[in-house]
Amino acid sequence: MSVNTMVHEYKNNGFNIVLDVNSGAVHITDDIVYDLIPLMEQDIDASDEVLFERLNGKYKAEDIREAAEEIRELKETGALYTPDSFETYVDSFTKGKLEHPVIKALCLHIAHDCNLRCKYCFAEEGEYHGRRALMSCEVGMRALDFLIENSGARKNLEVDFFGGEPTMNFEVVKKLVEYGRSREKETGKNFRFTLTTNGMLLTDEILDFANKEMHNLVLSIDGRKEVNDRMRPTAGGKGSYDVILPRFIKAAESRGQTDYYVRGTYTHYNTDFAKDVLHLHDMGFEQISVEPVVCDPKEPYALREEDVPVLLEQYDILAKEIIRRRKEGRFINFFHFMIDLEGGPCVAKRLSGCGAGCEYLAVTPWGDLYPCHQFVGEERFLLGNVYDGITEKEIPREFGSANVYTKPECRECFAKFYCSGGCMANSYHATGNINGNYSIGCELQRKRIECAIMIKAALADNGG
Amino acid sequence: MKHIKTLNTRDYRKSTVKGGCGECQTSCQSACKTSCTVGNQSCENKNR
Repeated sequence: MSVNTMVHEYKNNGFNIVLDVNSGAVHITDDIVYDLIPLMEQDIDASDEVLFERLNGKYKAEDIREAAEEIRELKETGALYTPDSFETYVDSFTKGKLEHPVIKALCLHIAHDCNLRCKYCFAEEGEYHGRRALMSCEVGMRALDFLIENSGARKNLEVDFFGGEPTMNFEVVKKLVEYGRSREKETGKNFRFTLTTNGMLLTDEILDFANKEMHNLVLSIDGRKEVNDRMRPTAGGKGSYDVILPRFIKAAESRGQTDYYVRGTYTHYNTDFAKDVLHLHDMGFEQISVEPVVCDPKEPYALREEDVPVLLEQYDILAKEIIRRRKEGRFINFFHFMIDLEGGPCVAKRLSGCGAGCEYLAVTPWGDLYPCHQFVGEERFLLGNVYDGITEKEIPREFGSANVYTKPECRECFAKFYCSGGCMANSYHATGNINGNYSIGCELQRKRIECAIMIKAALADNGG
Repeated sequence: MKHIKTLNTRDYRKSTVKGGCGECQTSCQSACKTSCTVGNQSCENKNR
């Protein structure tokens, strides 16, 4: 038996769930199999008598024999105790990626300015440790040219209009979409545009444009009115909820409840965040993403170690309620519980990191390039600019080399194939190293994956 | 099987044969912007 097999077992909502980490197989088992799997991992041919003894007579001998046979069959078919054979593969994949870098996504900081004063904003009211500025058409067009020139054979190119608040510079957004579309035919590229907005300036005109041109729309709202307004006030100190909610409902409905997310942040102030997710569903949103705050641990709203048990329980509560609502025919999609077991990404994608700093870059209003939006303003990570290209070659090499095998904690983690090693900005901010691990984030990620798979099991139980 | 129900999943090992085309969405562009989740994304390789 190879020593680098990995099986993760857990119980959730009445299900015994077994993940064969290295093949991706997921099994729902009864108690006998659940108890036998760890016992047989190092001793697949253990005799019935030995297994009976190890289980202290907990089950009938005949049942143990039958269950053990099924376990051996899974192993034979490559769905259990699968050894990890991907480290060399990822090395060669990474080498190819570094030798022939391809950029496929840009986060365009259309406005380093904002009309809200969100307390947790990593952009510091839009300014990103720098000055207030709006991206010009010229810089934006050059950024799109830079993307096309550096995208190799990649057809689908992603561009997120981000900020600050991009609707504060919406004429430029419109012109850049027009310019991007004008270059699609000659270059064979397909732009997928996304707009991330706080909704304060989301007029019907902007919404109509977004519905025509934006592949995805991300609408920022934190949940319940008191939760949202505490963290997302206007410059004058008023809440934003009453202004944005009706606009967001209109946006969600006008997009047929698809290709958008209402996207919130939860903090130490609302560790009961499941209520915020469900509130957003009750308000009429079907596509919901509510995520843990990322910030300096010294901030009063930062998540703390002692919050973790509460947060884990919240995910359990949320998962059960989502199942209940889905079974009632009330569709709800929670972003962090989405999991595509059959049609999900290949293992190269699963193991090779988020893409920041190599295939995904952020562009400041004046054209500077950073590994992602969360690194903007950190001068150590300035890569170059859209005119001269990437001049600091070592940074993409550093980011492109990071994968789950370069992160010691990831190697031992069952979730590595689902999170790809996590967010490098989170790692950096928590540990000073992009190969470090943000432990609170990892604990929450593991729980979300467990819940997501349990939901699949529960809905499969119900005929999908 | 009597004791085990297996959900349909994509075998990671087989995905190494034609994987790595890179046409799939960048992890962070979908909605999150503060985390990295790839398990929820769909493969866009039509020849897999």
